[in-house]
Amino acid sequence: MTTRKLIKGNIAICHGAVAAKCDAFFGYPITPQNEIPELMSDLMPANGGIFLQAESEISAISMVYGAACAGKRAMTSSSSPGISLKQEGISYIAACELPCVIVNVQRGGPGLGNTLPSQADYFQTVKGGGHGDYKMLTLAPWSAQECYEFMPLAFDLADRYQNPAMILMDAIVGQMLEPVDLHNNFEICDYSKSWATIGARGRAHNIINSLWIDPEVMENLNLRMQAKYAAAQLHETRYAEYRTDDAELILVAYGSPARIAKTVVDMARDEGMAVGLLRPITLFPFPSARIAEYAKNGSRFMALEMSAGQMVEDVRLAVNGMADVAFYGRTGGVVPTPTDILNVVRASFSKPPVFSSYPSERRSVK
Amino acid sequence: MQKVFERPKGLTDNEFAYCPGCLHSVVHRMIAEVMEELDIIQNTVCVCPVGCSVFMYEYMACDVIEAAHGRAPAVATGVKRVLPDRVVFAYQGDGDLASIGTAEIIHAAARGEQLSVIFINNATYGMTGGQMAPTTLIGQKSTTCKMGRDPQISGYPIKICEMLATLDGPSYIERVAPTSPAGLVKTKKAIKKAFQNQIDGKRFSMVEVLSNCPQQWHMNPIDTFKFIEDEVSKVFPPGVYVDR
Repeated sequence: MTTRKLIKGNIAICHGAVAAKCDAFFGYPITPQNEIPELMSDLMPANGGIFLQAESEISAISMVYGAACAGKRAMTSSSSPGISLKQEGISYIAACELPCVIVNVQRGGPGLGNTLPSQADYFQTVKGGGHGDYKMLTLAPWSAQECYEFMPLAFDLADRYQNPAMILMDAIVGQMLEPVDLHNNFEICDYSKSWATIGARGRAHNIINSLWIDPEVMENLNLRMQAKYAAAQLHETRYAEYRTDDAELILVAYGSPARIAKTVVDMARDEGMAVGLLRPITLFPFPSARIAEYAKNGSRFMALEMSAGQMVEDVRLAVNGMADVAFYGRTGGVVPTPTDILNVVRASFSKPPVFSSYPSERRSVK
Repeated sequence: MQKVFERPKGLTDNEFAYCPGCLHSVVHRMIAEVMEELDIIQNTVCVCPVGCSVFMYEYMACDVIEAAHGRAPAVATGVKRVLPDRVVFAYQGDGDLASIGTAEIIHAAARGEQLSVIFINNATYGMTGGQMAPTTLIGQKSTTCKMGRDPQISGYPIKICEMLATLDGPSYIERVAPTSPAGLVKTKKAIKKAFQNQIDGKRFSMVEVLSNCPQQWHMNPIDTFKFIEDEVSKVFPPGVYVDR
């Protein structure tokens, strides 16, 4: 039976983790994701799992590493400065080809920044973050419903590819209350984990290690990882489209900016401008092939982000010079309004700006 | 002919790559003997450190995890929490445990994690070439304090047993010096107790082993034992710090 609840994205993450049969949660407090460890401290023991508040984000990810070595479904959650601290552990987890899920409810940065919505951790998430050549399978929900549904998906991807998976959110997606259908339409697969270090009963000892002194052995691990990422690029790329069929301009946005962009698409269409929205759902793998297809067919693009321009680089790589790629972004926790974006869209169609009915913008127009 | 001494089943067939005279091999062997005597080889998960003993996974016959530098207690916590019926132990050097991993060891001890930790304190960074360690003695030379450790610049050695003994979490903390036949017997006994405690459901147990580094101390192995007995033991007195 499906229950429908009005909950925050952060709360939906927790219910999604339980639906995914997560065995262990290790975390450390940081705003704006505190609802996750708080609720997990109830939900995990109530469902036969482990909750432990670690002494630091570094320890939390190290505990995730240990629980993943033991063959369990383990996760952690944090926000930008805390995710920076986890990079060491993430690199080790990727190198040891262990599955786990990491949730990042991004906040404004760099530095201590603030607790407001941001998407400035895109590079850190999809371009490495920690040391070495690795990738995280990255899902970007734009609603509380997707927060719920992406947890079982993230655990499944992590297990299938034996690789860390990340849910990359922003503070709006994490904090916004929305109705969520807490259904149970998930197929939770039982993956064989013969590599797990659970005691060498009836077999030779298992070693989980990322130290390979012989360069050719180390390169072989890298080649295997790259093959895995190529397979993910082929099979796991996810995106959503809105009014893109005949679009002259395609807005590319993920997370909450994609919701603002959807409003802008309708506003622009009302004014006769052929605008559509392509929303990457997986940030790695990125929907490059789909974007290239539209570029070939003559569309131009505008990346919208709450950053100084990070995902736009992947749009440009996908387009590879075939079409114009513009960018509009706000940083430091500032959320763009639909009118902000509409005016940039209008300018790209050589139309004059319109004044906003949003109070914050009225203040800025003297 | 009767066989009176053989390789313990807790070790693999790989030859130790440690320097001649280094006590790592001795302590590895003792852990292997203890695992065999307690019949827990197939039920044990070892978490190894970064440092000279980074290759420990080559030698232990049980399942092994290689942790990041200093994180072994947190990794071991992750394993033990989800596999409470397994024996989980961490093996760490002084750079690993007393410098980069101070937060991890203190909090694992404070939580009273059901873990056994073997702490090898040889007062130097052996693997990286003999730099100053958190446990380097005042006046002791290293490649990063060539005139000897000066407390005005580098402060004082960290006494881990004494620090952890202030916490309520640990069940057992002992410091041993395996530099004599009596010291070797004591060391083996302490390691066995740290493992037995875990099997008995007791909380955090740690054995600090005052170890040597003939290579980086520029001494022959016999002299290193004398140095441990005459100098190191004065700063780090062997003894039982917690037993409850």
